[in-house]
Amino acid sequence: MSRLKQFILPDLAEGLTEAEILQWLVSVGDTIELNQPFVEVETAKSAVEIPSPYVGVVTEILHEAGTTVDVGSPIITIDTEPGAPAEAAPAAPAPAAVAESNGGAKIGETTADGRTAVLVGYGAKAPTTVRRARKGAPAPAPAVPAPVAPAPVVAAPVAPVAPVASGGPALAKPPVRKLAKDLGVDLHALVGTGPNGSITREDVTGAVAPVAAPVAVAVAVAEPVAVVASEGDQRIPVKGVRKLTAENMVASAFSAPHVTEFLTVDATRLLKTVAKMKESKEFDGVRVGPLALLAKGVLLALKRHPMVNSSWDEAAQEIVVKKHVNLGIAAATPRGLIVPNIKAAETLSTRELSEALVSLTSTARDGKTPPADMTGGSFTITNVGVFGVDTGTPILPPGEAAILAFGAIREMPWVHKGKVVPRHVTTLGLSFDHRIIDGELGSKFLADLGRFVQNPQEMLLAWA
Amino acid sequence: MVNGERGPRATKSGGTTRTAAKKPAAPRKKATTDRSVANGTDPAFVQLLTPEGDRVEHPDYSVDFTDQEYRDLYRDLVIVRRLDTEGTTLQRQGQLGIWASLNGQEAAQIGSGRALAQQDMVFPTYREHGVLWCRDIDPIMPFGLFRGVDLGGWDSRKYKFNMYTIVIGAQTLHATGYAMGVKLDGKMGTDDGEAVIAYFGDGAISQGDVNEAFVYAAAYDAPVVFFCQNNQYAISVPVHKQAKAPLFERASGFGFPGVRVDGNDVLATYAVTKDALDRARHGEGPGLIEAYTYRMAAHTTTDDPTRYRDRSEEDAWRLKDPLSRMKAFLEKQGLADEDYFAELTAEADRYALDLRERVLSMPEPDPSSIFDHVYPNGSPLIDEQRAEFLAYHASFEGSGH
Repeated sequence: MSRLKQFILPDLAEGLTEAEILQWLVSVGDTIELNQPFVEVETAKSAVEIPSPYVGVVTEILHEAGTTVDVGSPIITIDTEPGAPAEAAPAAPAPAAVAESNGGAKIGETTADGRTAVLVGYGAKAPTTVRRARKGAPAPAPAVPAPVAPAPVVAAPVAPVAPVASGGPALAKPPVRKLAKDLGVDLHALVGTGPNGSITREDVTGAVAPVAAPVAVAVAVAEPVAVVASEGDQRIPVKGVRKLTAENMVASAFSAPHVTEFLTVDATRLLKTVAKMKESKEFDGVRVGPLALLAKGVLLALKRHPMVNSSWDEAAQEIVVKKHVNLGIAAATPRGLIVPNIKAAETLSTRELSEALVSLTSTARDGKTPPADMTGGSFTITNVGVFGVDTGTPILPPGEAAILAFGAIREMPWVHKGKVVPRHVTTLGLSFDHRIIDGELGSKFLADLGRFVQNPQEMLLAWA
Repeated sequence: MVNGERGPRATKSGGTTRTAAKKPAAPRKKATTDRSVANGTDPAFVQLLTPEGDRVEHPDYSVDFTDQEYRDLYRDLVIVRRLDTEGTTLQRQGQLGIWASLNGQEAAQIGSGRALAQQDMVFPTYREHGVLWCRDIDPIMPFGLFRGVDLGGWDSRKYKFNMYTIVIGAQTLHATGYAMGVKLDGKMGTDDGEAVIAYFGDGAISQGDVNEAFVYAAAYDAPVVFFCQNNQYAISVPVHKQAKAPLFERASGFGFPGVRVDGNDVLATYAVTKDALDRARHGEGPGLIEAYTYRMAAHTTTDDPTRYRDRSEEDAWRLKDPLSRMKAFLEKQGLADEDYFAELTAEADRYALDLRERVLSMPEPDPSSIFDHVYPNGSPLIDEQRAEFLAYHASFEGSGH
């Protein structure tokens, strides 16, 4: 037995193929006890700590935090007899130790053969890419295991049968029908190669290739733009928060027709009001800023225009006007963009709102935002002003009808009471879902918000 | 707490050394429909030991243990929790396919498990590692199942503890059928009569199987106790989403008594279970116990509770921990000292290490053995399948046999 032990990343749930190393809890040279947690990893199901099965000293950490590791790969080497004379590095794990791969799909993703990965169980396990060779079979190219279609249980080839006369039902199992529907393939146009002339999954996928892909699918499977590589380029794997962000943005940009409107306003009084709040006993101990006051303005304006706080339900063909405002705040965190939201924000006082904002952003920066806080948002503010830019055309978070970009507040020449004077000016950028919100409603909402920024105290009295 | 109960009956002992008696008829408290499950406060239930470790009296139930018996109950709690932790650890190390943790439910399992008489029959789910411990079954037995090297290999007749049942609620029907058999065999009506207990969870109570079992058990006066560990979650669904009234109240609709007990109180769980089992063994029909508890860990190692519940909720339940309150009780009563607790921790660790080493050295099964126990005397069809399976295995490169 080698005294150098390597820990092989196991399948931590049922049918997982990979995990991302979140954080190493030990370093090279550390002593490690039996069952001492040594690494935190995140799978498609959860983030868990792995306890060590070995006692000894850490001699090697094989993957840095942030990397995604296949199940079956060694991740750490532990010397179980530290102090004894050195010995050769451990042999690579035998191929048998390498777990079968399921094609790498996470929950909700589609595997190579078109099945969808699920939360629990092995149901959607795709054909394996690492499997033992059959005797007498032609040797497959070992280095590039390509996803293969499931071998039919009955090996005897069935002669293709002519399609059923038009008008009659085409023979196909429900999942194949679903696939055909999703891909826009007409089952009647196919010749089935399955038992009794039934149409198989392969028949459907085979029919997609030669014909032009339907528009809906084209978005997802559009010809990828070739990336011209040059020396020294850094390639960052797309995963985690970045991947989710990208998927949400694509889903939103191609499903909800966006319109963006801008309004530049004098925010001097907004800043003065914030300064007063800071001095007020009522806001003792709370960090208040322009964002908190603007958020209050948004909530009051939403009360006047409830349709802006709504969602398009494609399946039900209904517009859902939300009872509560779950106010999302886009936050830049070390792990990427996340948008936690404050539930039922319209029920909060300005002080409570300020407190909620502080805790929301600090929780987000610590990476501790609970999932419940990231779902169910109904209106979002993105505070791009903190980066010193004037405005932008924000993309709607999926399921929300509007999003507001709050630009930088800068001192600019401005006509005030008939004279050009330096004033603090900001630009509000409102993107909205044009299916729900017409230009008139969007403009009225934005104009109301502008009035609030220009004169917050008066509007607070008038609307609250 | 008890509704729909039948008339008063004679005191009975049930054939165990420990005694737990239902006190003579006291005015029945009316069970109230409550929504306390949803707002996190404790509902009304039978409690004999508070979370702070103080003994309290209940009008209907009491226990009378010796000092040693109190210590033994605590030892059970500590050891089953330690072994359970090792189960989770082994899974994280890739040594088990999955593990269903009992963490938080130790008192419900030890209290009910220790209330069983030798002759009583148990129908568990896949989480009853604590009850299994009470039946003197080697705690390694379920590990073969979760490691995938056997199908659960204990003799269920010898230990009077059926195989773990993965299908949710199915075992309640098995238990009811078995109990109907006990009645037909005339093995009840005396102190050494046989009672049957079926374990299930709050999720299972929505299953058709469980409701059918209730109907049959009531109609046939079967000697079966339905022991529902309400751990608040059916995987991710909170109990108040699927049950609009307290679970124990369902019993009255089927025509047998139901009672809710503090499932984190090992003493109350013991008393309530003992009473229900004794009633069953004396031919007084079935009963339902709702042990109100909390699953501190994930449903199994395969899910992530942070996705469906608040950390604050877990923190609140941690204050009601079944082990801490029993430890506090032993300390307050002067029944155990620091040395005792230290030695107990060491003993539990030894059990866990021994378990770990034996799990790691479990032999890999012969692939053909999966066919061996389908029929006691074999079958031509199974023989054919075995041959085909072995031929398939032999068709791979590098297969030695």
